[in-house]
Amino acid sequence: MVGGAKTVQSTKIREAVADRLFLGIVYLFLSLVLIVILFPLLHVLSASFSSPAAVTSGKVWLWPVNFSLVGYKAVFQNSDILIGFGNSLFYSVVGTLINVSFTVMLAYPLARKTFYGRGLIMVLIVFTMFFDGGLIPNYLLVKSLGMVNTRWAMIIPGALAVFQVIIARTFFQSLPDELAEAAEMDGCSDMRFFLQVVLPLSKPILAVLFLMYAIGHWNAYFNALIYLKDNSMFPLQIFLRNILILNSENSDMMTNVNSLLVQQGLKDLLKYSLIVVSSAPVLIIYPFVQKHFVKGVMIGSLKG
Amino acid sequence: MEATRSKAASPHPPGLAARRKRAGSQAGRKIRKHWQFYLLVFLPLLYIVIFKYVPMFGVIIAFKEYNVVQGILGSPWAGLKYFKQLFDTPFFWQYFKNTLEISLYGMAIGFPAPIILALALNEIRNGLFKKSVQMITYAPYFISTVVIVSILIVNLSPNVGLLSNIFRSLGMEPIDFMGKAGYFKTIYVLSDVWQFTGYGAIIYIAALSGVNPDLYEAAKVDGASRFQKIVHIDLPSLVPVIVIMLILNLGQIMGLGFEKIYLMQNPLNLNTSEVISTYVYKIGLLGANFSFSAAIGLFNSVINFVLLILVNFIAKKISSNSLW
Repeated sequence: MVGGAKTVQSTKIREAVADRLFLGIVYLFLSLVLIVILFPLLHVLSASFSSPAAVTSGKVWLWPVNFSLVGYKAVFQNSDILIGFGNSLFYSVVGTLINVSFTVMLAYPLARKTFYGRGLIMVLIVFTMFFDGGLIPNYLLVKSLGMVNTRWAMIIPGALAVFQVIIARTFFQSLPDELAEAAEMDGCSDMRFFLQVVLPLSKPILAVLFLMYAIGHWNAYFNALIYLKDNSMFPLQIFLRNILILNSENSDMMTNVNSLLVQQGLKDLLKYSLIVVSSAPVLIIYPFVQKHFVKGVMIGSLKG
Repeated sequence: MEATRSKAASPHPPGLAARRKRAGSQAGRKIRKHWQFYLLVFLPLLYIVIFKYVPMFGVIIAFKEYNVVQGILGSPWAGLKYFKQLFDTPFFWQYFKNTLEISLYGMAIGFPAPIILALALNEIRNGLFKKSVQMITYAPYFISTVVIVSILIVNLSPNVGLLSNIFRSLGMEPIDFMGKAGYFKTIYVLSDVWQFTGYGAIIYIAALSGVNPDLYEAAKVDGASRFQKIVHIDLPSLVPVIVIMLILNLGQIMGLGFEKIYLMQNPLNLNTSEVISTYVYKIGLLGANFSFSAAIGLFNSVINFVLLILVNFIAKKISSNSLW
């Protein structure tokens, strides 16, 4: 009896040791994940604040070497980048407003049982998630609507994301039915109820929709690549692609730089600074909206 | 109200036609009463019809000799000419293979990664460390594709890149990663894992937070170790989510995105980096060969659609989880 109790105790201790070891491995693993995610980002950030020579000679690791703002100066002197910034801001604001309006206008009635025909509309919508016409028919459609090489091409073809409609609908369904019934009893019209009761109650989902759509617009380059031809309409991402990936910066960035070596160094440095500048707006607002965004993904996952 | 009661009480049960008529008038009443709903959905539905369904019918140009002057409807029929041309193109099967390989490679590593991260995060208690790991692992999701590819190119470049710095400090010759076709798929897949694992884990973290605490309590009483709890409680409770995500992923196998691959391509890696979506773009929009390109696109969409239905069907058979 005594011996039995002893072994129970010793296995308990052994298990505790194994558990603690396991927990240690978990912490180690997560720390490793953290390092792998952060390392490239910190490297880019510190390189962007270093001198061209330090970047070219590969001295920069995780801290700026010979601190300088030369890269940033070059970025903000570039007219293309400023044009791109303005355009992206315009597409993001106007596009997101249309996106969010369309999404709630479609999602709210679909969440109401009194909306006759909602099953059919739902099938119609969900089907588009699994089958689409493809690139060429889409392009020809936009072309026949006369939208190629206009700002409309950046806003109208993507006016709605079906996936977000489903997330918003799930949220609206979570609002109590009694609310709508009571309002109907009091003679409140559906439209008034939607505008004055539902929307004020829907701030969390509106925040999620704004965030997801706005980031989508800010980061998009594909529609601009296929629909736009004029520099003056390009969003920032297209200019980024030209400079960062195709290596074709315009010459006004390189004025008053004569030595080839310095020029090469500046070219490398500029890339780092540009990456930081273009990602800054999104990453600055990110910590403030992170909570909403996680909530949004979870609302969406409730359905699955 | 009165009318329906008297009808139900009448000695002659209403016939099918009458019942249908009544249902119809009920629908009519519902529509008339809630007409504002139709006002709300009008514009978004118009958008869906024009921008989602019209292109679906636009795929008929894959069976036509499309020319700009005559338009989609006026162009003469070509039958299956472009599909034959497609299957006769030797390159096509190479691109098909590339698409499939990148997708499957990506799934083999990218699918389990968020599950493992979620399980690991679930093991540690709520605190600053857990919050920081979550916040930092989600962050790359918000970085644009252009910037991600730029970060890849600068960090992997043989001249100034981070990796070549490491190689050099170890006394090894730096490698031009982006210039070697053999590395392309690995770079693509690992950078995707880097960017999307945190985001992908959210849904699993949510599912894990919904596990009944009584189960852990019972396991504790039975003397289960942490690892045993993961295997016998956490993983089984994730199965429904895992199945749904797997169906969605498998249904997307041929739908490999255009954006990142196109940006990562260069003349040196085209051998392994050309996939169906980039080929469609190059043939169709850059080469103005609309009908041939639409045929490739249609072929791809149909494969995807069939795959999705097939996978969903299998999931329904072997487990109770499915999309519909």
